[in-house]
Amino acid sequence: MSDMAAESSAPTELPRAKTDWLPLFLVPALALLALPFVGSPSTWVTLTLAGLAMGMMIFLMASGLTLVFGLMDIINFGHGVFISLGAYATLIVLGPLAGWAQADSIGLNLALLGLCILCAMAVTGVVGAVFERVIVRPVYGSHLKQILVTMGGLIVTEQAIHAIWGASPIPIPLPQSLRGAFVFGDVVMERYRVVAVVIGLAVFLGMQLLLNRTRLGLLIRAGVENPEMVEALGYRIRRLFVSVFIAGSALAGLGGVMWAFYRQTLTAGMGMEVMVLVFIVIIIGGLGSVGGCFVGSILVALVANYVGFIEPKLALISNILVMALVLIWRPQGLFPVARR
Amino acid sequence: MAEPLLQLSGVHTHIGPYHILHGVDFAVPAGELTMLLGRNGAGKTTTLRTIMGLWQASSGSIRFDGRDITASSTPDIARSGIAYVPEAMGIFTDLTVRENIVLAARSGPVDRNRLDWILGLFPALKRFWNLPAGNLSGGQKQMLAIARAIAEPRRLLLIDEPTKGLAPVMVRSMIEAFKALKAAGETILLVEQNFYAASALGDNVVVMDDGRIVHAGAMRELVEDNAMQQRLLGLSLDAHQ
Repeated sequence: MSDMAAESSAPTELPRAKTDWLPLFLVPALALLALPFVGSPSTWVTLTLAGLAMGMMIFLMASGLTLVFGLMDIINFGHGVFISLGAYATLIVLGPLAGWAQADSIGLNLALLGLCILCAMAVTGVVGAVFERVIVRPVYGSHLKQILVTMGGLIVTEQAIHAIWGASPIPIPLPQSLRGAFVFGDVVMERYRVVAVVIGLAVFLGMQLLLNRTRLGLLIRAGVENPEMVEALGYRIRRLFVSVFIAGSALAGLGGVMWAFYRQTLTAGMGMEVMVLVFIVIIIGGLGSVGGCFVGSILVALVANYVGFIEPKLALISNILVMALVLIWRPQGLFPVARR
Repeated sequence: MAEPLLQLSGVHTHIGPYHILHGVDFAVPAGELTMLLGRNGAGKTTTLRTIMGLWQASSGSIRFDGRDITASSTPDIARSGIAYVPEAMGIFTDLTVRENIVLAARSGPVDRNRLDWILGLFPALKRFWNLPAGNLSGGQKQMLAIARAIAEPRRLLLIDEPTKGLAPVMVRSMIEAFKALKAAGETILLVEQNFYAASALGDNVVVMDDGRIVHAGAMRELVEDNAMQQRLLGLSLDAHQ
């Protein structure tokens, strides 16, 4: 960061900040723990890679909410509808460019995916700005009202989706080059999941850079901890709130696109269906922590995959179990943010 | 007394159903250090928060440098040149010492000479430069809070009980730092319960009780008058030394 002209004023030998590595070891520890139960190493690798990809998609859908929750202290139960809206926004691109999805060209296929993502983020960003102004702003500071009002907003927006695109599920084709899987011996990795991992990692790294290497990121981190003091320093926290809400909605839209191509079917309730998972992830990670959200997403997805394979009957409660165990260990989540 | 930089006239503040400030009138002259004294619950913190717009005055006026800021938003008040150090210090504990100071410099990079001066006032901050501010002791956090307030030149510093809960050696360091700030020509409104510290620093004194101003004048007069100290503060300077 170039914000400090007087780096030379700082001493050369400094105590080092303690990094909390422990939660990061949970993911490899969990993977190693699952190996003997899964049995076959190739199946274990397949499950692990699939879990990582699923974790990235969950992270894409949850990362916006953790920022909104952490910075604005807003419980946005309507977040799921931005996932659905992002998914449906792909139709705006897929309509005129349907040929690109069928083309046997990785370039055209990825360009189509990129356009779908840009379109979805633009649509959900704009709707997010309206949602914040009309629905969220009047209920700042009242959690109960936020839950009720954002649920209302979710229902209204879902019905708007029905009105615009119809109530029936809509199939969407995965672009030609992203179908199928890479096979290495007995290990199978779906191509689309590789794309999801790449996009998830890119978003995570982008958010880390933004939060840790820019003044805007400093403001967001400071605002999560003490919004009143940020205002007293002369920054307009309300504008920051709106920007973060729009960014959070746009990220949900991005997650919606990835989720839509994964399911290859659009339904207005598809966002709401994953909201329990999204809330579990941001609670596990620590409200407002992007890093926690990332680790929590991978953890939840891996557990779901392993348990689903080893003991399918337990798969339904595995995520709740993970959350309970994490909260017993760290009641504020894996990477608690100071204010909370 | 110099021309007032800050002028409160008949300020009333309500917090919910409670009427906290009852027509507060006082002035803070430019280039001087004004102490705001009073018992717990006298309304000192409310006065500072009302000046900063964190709680809105229900009536009366607050003028800063000739401009009415009574209804201004907190960011606008801060941007007009007022820095605020709250009683709880308001340090961002997840941010490093460096990041706390970077954030306070709104207009861009912190001036090298100014940073040297600040770190000269609070040398302990150098040692923890790249550590999360949450790792600092109470006294070091207070130093960081004040360093952050002066990261850029400001026209007025509002500081709420900077010596509260600090060890005597830290209180003495803080007094020295404030003397240096005074010598640099800063205008300061300082809330303080420690009359020893207040008497060592203040040019002027304003005493509050029950949300009202009960005395305003030169600090020297109060220091020299034990009876007045007893009457206004319930304690004399001797008891604080």
